[in-house]
Amino acid sequence: MPFTEEVCARLDADAARIIGKYPGARSALLPLLHLVQAEEGYVSNDGIAYCAGKLGLTVTEVTGVVSFYTMYKRRPVGEYHVGVCTNAVCAVLGGEQILAELREHLGVADDEPTPDGKVSLEHIECNAACDYAPVVMVNWEFFDNMTPASTRELADDLRAGNRVAPTRGPARLCNWRETARILAGFNDEQATDGPAAGPASVAGLKIANERGWKAPPAGGYGGSSLPRGDRGDGSPRQKEARA
Amino acid sequence: MTDILTPVLTAHWDQPDIFTLDGYRRSGGWKALPKALAMERGDVIAAVKNSGLRGRGGAGFPTGVKWGFLPQGDTKPHYLVVNADESEPGACKDVPLMMANPHLLVEGAAIASYAIGASHAFIYVRGEVAHVIRRLRHAVEEAYEAGLLGRDILGSGFDLDVIVHAGAGAYICGEETALLDSLEGRRGLPRNKPPFPAVAGVYALPTNVNNVESIASVPAILLNGADWFAGIGTEKSKGYGIFSLSGHITTPGQYEAPLGITLRQLLDLAGGMRAGHRLKFWTAGGSSAGILTDEHLDMPMDFESVAAAGSGLGTRSVQIFDETTCVVRVILRWTEFYQHESCGKCTPCREGTYWLVRMLERMEHGQGTDEDLPKLLDICDNIVGRAFCALGDSVGPPITSAVRYFRDEFLQHQKEGGCPFDPAASTAWSQS
Repeated sequence: MPFTEEVCARLDADAARIIGKYPGARSALLPLLHLVQAEEGYVSNDGIAYCAGKLGLTVTEVTGVVSFYTMYKRRPVGEYHVGVCTNAVCAVLGGEQILAELREHLGVADDEPTPDGKVSLEHIECNAACDYAPVVMVNWEFFDNMTPASTRELADDLRAGNRVAPTRGPARLCNWRETARILAGFNDEQATDGPAAGPASVAGLKIANERGWKAPPAGGYGGSSLPRGDRGDGSPRQKEARA
Repeated sequence: MTDILTPVLTAHWDQPDIFTLDGYRRSGGWKALPKALAMERGDVIAAVKNSGLRGRGGAGFPTGVKWGFLPQGDTKPHYLVVNADESEPGACKDVPLMMANPHLLVEGAAIASYAIGASHAFIYVRGEVAHVIRRLRHAVEEAYEAGLLGRDILGSGFDLDVIVHAGAGAYICGEETALLDSLEGRRGLPRNKPPFPAVAGVYALPTNVNNVESIASVPAILLNGADWFAGIGTEKSKGYGIFSLSGHITTPGQYEAPLGITLRQLLDLAGGMRAGHRLKFWTAGGSSAGILTDEHLDMPMDFESVAAAGSGLGTRSVQIFDETTCVVRVILRWTEFYQHESCGKCTPCREGTYWLVRMLERMEHGQGTDEDLPKLLDICDNIVGRAFCALGDSVGPPITSAVRYFRDEFLQHQKEGGCPFDPAASTAWSQS
């Protein structure tokens, strides 16, 4: 059933904002697909028809694009979509075991929601957080340094409706549809939540600060001219003599 | 002698509000753009060219030279596209950079756009990192409000719109022409080159595509000068870069150092291998560049030295595995990745990756035959150099390098009728 007039009216305003950002209208297709996924939780035939109508494309053209990208789901997934990285580093450090145990625990196949609709599961490829391996994503937020037990507990919390927070991310975990809306181009209020960086991200910086190492100054040597700014931690930044 | 670590891009990641406009300004941010706007466009390009900065996305092409390929003085719109589709196995530098210090990237993008005469810049960020997308968009909004983006920036007459564009899950979109097709709302298939993006990129108009770290390196070059940057690193691999260490080491993480640092030095800083274990194999530049061994501990990690060792510096994605790790299993996982991410456009990559996975699965389970190893290498030979884009070329090196260094281990699987390794011993929670 095509989107109702009420849904269309709401989506039309968002779609116009998205399309208006781009010098070429078709560039809006990926965000529009995120938008219809935010509306329904997946990209339905109606969602495809809606996007095609907005951009003057055929349903076939849009369907071809949808099928290319793994983040668009053609069937409903869980309110919380859990991705377990099984690329090499994560797999070896235990991602494969996490995935196997979680599959068993939830009793679902890839992209299939639990009967209560709360959680679905997918094996994912490298999500650019190898220094926090094994990595689990929920609705594309980072859950770092996971174990089979912590991942089971996470899934149970999600099913029970308990509050969980990502390791490096917003204070409140968005549901699947809310996340899709962010991807479509509409931020929520959580951009400034969470740390600037996790501990692994600053591993090298920490050592450099402890040892007084820095980039050479412009036009000479002995300490960086790049302002460190008012860090408020009063730590000395003197360069240590090294052998 | 430069210090062993030289945090510039990562210098302020420990500042809790560095991702805000105020925080970035307090760290000295948004001072390079006014300087650039007071310069001639050509002089900005010359500064980047003279710095010797080479693309930090893997290919290592000189960034300033790439900027210089765009036509000068024409009337067509030009575009900047920031490739923030970081997805190479092992690569994890751009995502923390954008999460911690998105303004650094936005300022770099503004300078680059000015230099190449673009009034639109796209940041194409992979979709699977919601919080990074929030932070980028927030930084862009703050920059607009402060008059650092938009119309007549800082009274210079320069206009720029920056659009944060979320991808939808496809490694191939890190290939710059596939990225452009994706940005145009199509399947992410690589394009034939020539024409190169500098001539016909997004919307068939002159476009410059650069990696996040390359663009984020620009503000410091503008502020401190080309000579300053060129004075760091090695003769041909100038400057510094983020080395991303992961795997079986005591302290995985991001280590920003002059190009030319060795794995031995990095390992020493990272607390060495995890207790009681030794280095077996590693990558210098992500899976696509193939593996190295403890023979290469003292190899300078610059473009030339890593290439001379038969690998590549790539994205400095240093994945480190100890002796508990089955090399066949790791190669299989990477090859499954390439099969999954092959766009299907060309036959060698589409069919080759499929058959490589079937063979490697069989071999890992100890069901390989005497013909498998030569056939495996033969298939690699028929993909590399014969595929449409760099993804196909990336399929071979992990396999051929693994066979080069660990042929016996492949054969051992066959001899023993199974994998001789216990996967439990490799996990992060293994006690052994």
